[in-house]
Amino acid sequence: MSEILLISILSGAILSGTPLLYATLSEMIGERAGIVNLGLEGIMLVGAVAGFVTTVKTGNHALGVVAAALAGALFNMIFAFLVLSRKANQLASGLALMFCGVGLSALLGAPFIGSRIEGLGTIRIPLLSDTRFLGRAFFHYDILVYLTIPTAVVVWWFLFKTRWGLSLRAIGENPTAAYAAGRNPHLLQYQVLFIAGLLGGIAGAHLSLALAHTWAEWMTAGRGFFAVALVIFAKWHPLRAIAGALLFGGAISLQLQMQAQGVPVSSFLLDMLPYVLSLVVLMIWSGARRSAVPGSLGRVFQGTE
Amino acid sequence: MALTVFALVLLVFGQNPLRAYMDILGATLGTAYGFSEVLVKMIPLVLTALAVAIPSRIWLINVGGEGQLFIGALFATWGAIYFNHLSAWLLLPLISILGFLGGGLWALISGFMRAKGWASETISTLLMNYVAILLVSFFVFGPWKDPESANYPQSAPFPDAAILPFFFGSRVHLGAVLAIVGLLLFYFVMSRTRWGLEMRAMGINQEAARRSGISTSRYILLLMFIGGGMAGLAGMGEVSAIHGQLRPSLSPGLGYTGFLISWITMGSPLGIVAAAFLISIITAGGDILQMTHRIPAAAIHILMALVLFVVLARGTGKRGK
Repeated sequence: MSEILLISILSGAILSGTPLLYATLSEMIGERAGIVNLGLEGIMLVGAVAGFVTTVKTGNHALGVVAAALAGALFNMIFAFLVLSRKANQLASGLALMFCGVGLSALLGAPFIGSRIEGLGTIRIPLLSDTRFLGRAFFHYDILVYLTIPTAVVVWWFLFKTRWGLSLRAIGENPTAAYAAGRNPHLLQYQVLFIAGLLGGIAGAHLSLALAHTWAEWMTAGRGFFAVALVIFAKWHPLRAIAGALLFGGAISLQLQMQAQGVPVSSFLLDMLPYVLSLVVLMIWSGARRSAVPGSLGRVFQGTE
Repeated sequence: MALTVFALVLLVFGQNPLRAYMDILGATLGTAYGFSEVLVKMIPLVLTALAVAIPSRIWLINVGGEGQLFIGALFATWGAIYFNHLSAWLLLPLISILGFLGGGLWALISGFMRAKGWASETISTLLMNYVAILLVSFFVFGPWKDPESANYPQSAPFPDAAILPFFFGSRVHLGAVLAIVGLLLFYFVMSRTRWGLEMRAMGINQEAARRSGISTSRYILLLMFIGGGMAGLAGMGEVSAIHGQLRPSLSPGLGYTGFLISWITMGSPLGIVAAAFLISIITAGGDILQMTHRIPAAAIHILMALVLFVVLARGTGKRGK
């Protein structure tokens, strides 16, 4: 394989993997606290459109990213209200949130279809970016790409090294016991879902601001659901999620490269690759997941009456 | 409640909500044609709602109606194109069976993964939707592309014998009968037979049902297959009677809408009809909104989500856990 091709697949994997990693971390902290959120797809879309519209209006990418994160977080509060305060079914509430995100983002984005923006600026690192192979493969990205691994580490640190993370995981395993030990499950779960919304919004912002430079209806194309599979693949561990996101990013990037190289396979069949990979991941890892899955995942803490 | 919120949304976007609602009602219930069009829209919705309601009897969450509908349409198209010399008496049953089989087998994949304990059917059916739509795109852009239509990605038109008969000179087609039969059978089996009883037992307490000798995995496979088949029939009806050829724009989210209908009615047959009627008015309204008020059709998703939010927020504890 030529060096150029290798570099483009690698950097494609990193670029496509970035929104996936943010999304996976978003889903993961929620699930660690016992909440499955299928609305992630909607959160990403709302983040993508909020970030894009803000950037078009202000010309400021940083504002765009902040707007995306906040929009994602606020939007996720609808879900939080339903599953926490109203004790509604998590899967159905997540799907409702997804529908809402699809519709809302289409409505908000409609006047902006076709407008383009400058991509999120590339940050060059002196010396490193100039090396021939390393530089082009690893040091030619926007700020959100560079922040992925620190974010994963911070999430890991919060989950496993702080009291807050311990309480959160305790709630995910057994909310009644955590409640008895003096924790307030609902307050913590609200906080977690707010942060998950921030991360989901950023994932969307990276799609529209850094990858596409434009807005298109339903531009996430199922990435929110890949993230759900990736959480299982990563066995609910933030650092393993990095590898998972790279693998999926690699699948997306490989498929794009094969199309660009004119491999004689229909692009529609190639497009299936990440979806099929998600299914395969779900199947293969399901055997191992029982030990790692948070104990009360999907259940609603009913209070102690 | 949801209508009020949606009115606010419309207001924010500078539209007059009262006029929008009046337009919707006038154009749908005001004329015989409008009314028949609402019925036409109801057919696939009742079928895709059944696709969700049937597996939901044992708490399976089938979000794959959309994909099952596409594969049903794909199978039906195969039958219509390759057996186009048959007479309508043979061809119509053939494409109906193929449509059912297509949707059913597609759902069966997810059912199998669930029965084996490999993957939750919720997430696998969702992912399979994307694969199904890509598969249909592959065929209509590739091997089945109609050579007569230079640029449009669509299959060759169906032969006349493969087009479902219509009633009363409207676009209400034979699929309506299939939907009604499906509803009646569903009601009868659930309330009057041993299978219905066993399924209810399983829905209430899997462990107890298993110990009394009911095979859970057999029911998972069976109900996913039948449910998927219903969505497949919806796809067959759409491709045969409404489009007359296979197109990638076959369904504006009919499968997802069916999911919504089934969920808010908790799978009750009468509820499904009522909700499908209501949603058909809304979606017919979506077309009107898009044409006369220049609001994107996807905005109707918001109204549906709002309805769902309200139902979810109100139904505390009913669906449990």
